[in-house]
Amino acid sequence: MAFIPHTGADVAAMLSSIGAGSIEELFDEIPATLRTRALAGIPEALNEMQIGRLMSERARADGTLLNFIGAGAYEHHIPAAVWAITTRGEFYSAYTPYQAEASQGTLQLIYEFQSMMTRLTAMDVANASMYDGASATAEASLMAVRANRRSKSARILVPQTLHPHYRRVAVNTAHNQGLRFEELPYEPAGGLTAAAALERYEGEDVTALLIQQPNFFGRLEEVDALTDWAHAHGALVIAVVNPIALALLKPPGQWGRRGADIAVGEGQPLGVPLSSGGPYLGFMTARMEHVRQMPGRIVGRTLDVAGKEGFTLTLQAREQHIRRAKATSNICTNQGLLMTAATIYLSLMGPQGLARTAAACHARTRELIGALTRVPGVRLGFAGPCFHEAVLLLDRPVAPLLKALSARGIAAGLDLAPYYPELGHALLVCATEMRTQADIEHYRASLSEVMQAARAA
Amino acid sequence: MSNVPADLKYTKSHEWVRALPDGTLEIGISDHAQHALGDLVFVEVPEAGRVLAADEACAVVESVKAASDVYAPLAGTVTLGNPQLTGEPQAVNSDPYGSGWLFRLKPAAGALAAAALLSAAEYQKFLDAEAG
Repeated sequence: MAFIPHTGADVAAMLSSIGAGSIEELFDEIPATLRTRALAGIPEALNEMQIGRLMSERARADGTLLNFIGAGAYEHHIPAAVWAITTRGEFYSAYTPYQAEASQGTLQLIYEFQSMMTRLTAMDVANASMYDGASATAEASLMAVRANRRSKSARILVPQTLHPHYRRVAVNTAHNQGLRFEELPYEPAGGLTAAAALERYEGEDVTALLIQQPNFFGRLEEVDALTDWAHAHGALVIAVVNPIALALLKPPGQWGRRGADIAVGEGQPLGVPLSSGGPYLGFMTARMEHVRQMPGRIVGRTLDVAGKEGFTLTLQAREQHIRRAKATSNICTNQGLLMTAATIYLSLMGPQGLARTAAACHARTRELIGALTRVPGVRLGFAGPCFHEAVLLLDRPVAPLLKALSARGIAAGLDLAPYYPELGHALLVCATEMRTQADIEHYRASLSEVMQAARAA
Repeated sequence: MSNVPADLKYTKSHEWVRALPDGTLEIGISDHAQHALGDLVFVEVPEAGRVLAADEACAVVESVKAASDVYAPLAGTVTLGNPQLTGEPQAVNSDPYGSGWLFRLKPAAGALAAAALLSAAEYQKFLDAEAG
């Protein structure tokens, strides 16, 4: 609670009207062992002026690093109009109102979001957003088990090239519901899911295959072959995609002969700033045949009794406010405000703007790879096409180098050692359209210096 | 007053059971149930070969208002889900005891004897008591 307005007299009046002598007495039926005592490490309260001063000091200490980290959250240019419009009073709520149809503007906006996401992914239907890319991946796995009624195994194949956090969230969310996640190794030369890894599942019951495109290493998976393999073996395909990359890459709805069945992803690149990890938003689209297994809210366009166009929540019969404990999911429109920003971002960029942004990201990343691999002791981890990220292999541990570069104002990438120790000294780097040639040259020169210093030490 | 054909057996969760000449059972939902649900827009029936325990949720009938589970009146193996209902869920409303059947079941050994199915008269009494 940001602000507790009760005075001592208010509290005393409330206690006396319910016949309790003190706050202690009010809660005395809670056993002492269950009560929280004074919390360790919590400082004394500060007043508003003191806290404001403290926080601005802390914010200065953060500084603004020159960012080359991607790994699931990306620094893109956000036109000023995006948040100027999003924060208008008419839009400024995370939720769909309880009487949803009274807010036609909100519903129309969700409908536009859904339409844009289906266009971007080349799928039939979209919902009104998810919490984030990781939880959308977990929900898509649960949905695949409901939708693939021929499969009894609830076995989901998960490439190790899928974002490590997404894998952990999916397992945490769904393993108690009987889903089995089995990891597929990647081939070490190209950083791609190995076709050979699928061979051991010949003749086995597989419910779904997850495919991230571009994958966590920034590489482009053989999505057509993987999709066709899955469909030939009775498995559904869940695509995990980057919405900016979709402006250049083949959309999930066109993967292989039949297309992916479900597509999910992180919507943060669409107008949502990097802010210490969130709040972000997830998206989910699917083929029409799976619409009744789709979690969350869906807005439809219809006609009212007078024949005028209107928007309404639809396909709600399996959701929590109707089915309670048996509902498909507990997702609602929690990320509505971020969905609003994403919709406005997409409408301002348009297909051409999005494609130019994606092309700029790719071009900058190629320049970055070219520059950094000229530094002695640095080489490219995986050869072959990428989008806007790449793995570099260094000749010494990454963590101390990142620390030294951070001191020089550069967020130089993600150390992959905690996630992929088998890769050795691996660094995941990213360049979006925000990075200039001067930024890249500054990074190259700084990396060269800190590596030289490390070698000399 | 809902229609309760005398030649069928019933459950308290509003399924009906018809014995077919080949020893399998045809199962659907009662006229009372379809009326309470309202116009159905989607029906999900179990696949042939699925093995069901008694009282297991095995089909879903969905109206614009709600999606409700249908339970297996007794244990057995599904021999056929009504393929017509994918395109015509409204058959459950218009002809609940005929073309609106949901699935056919080969009962497990002893399952029929073990199931406490209601006669038409008992089901009617149950409906009257629920309404009362």
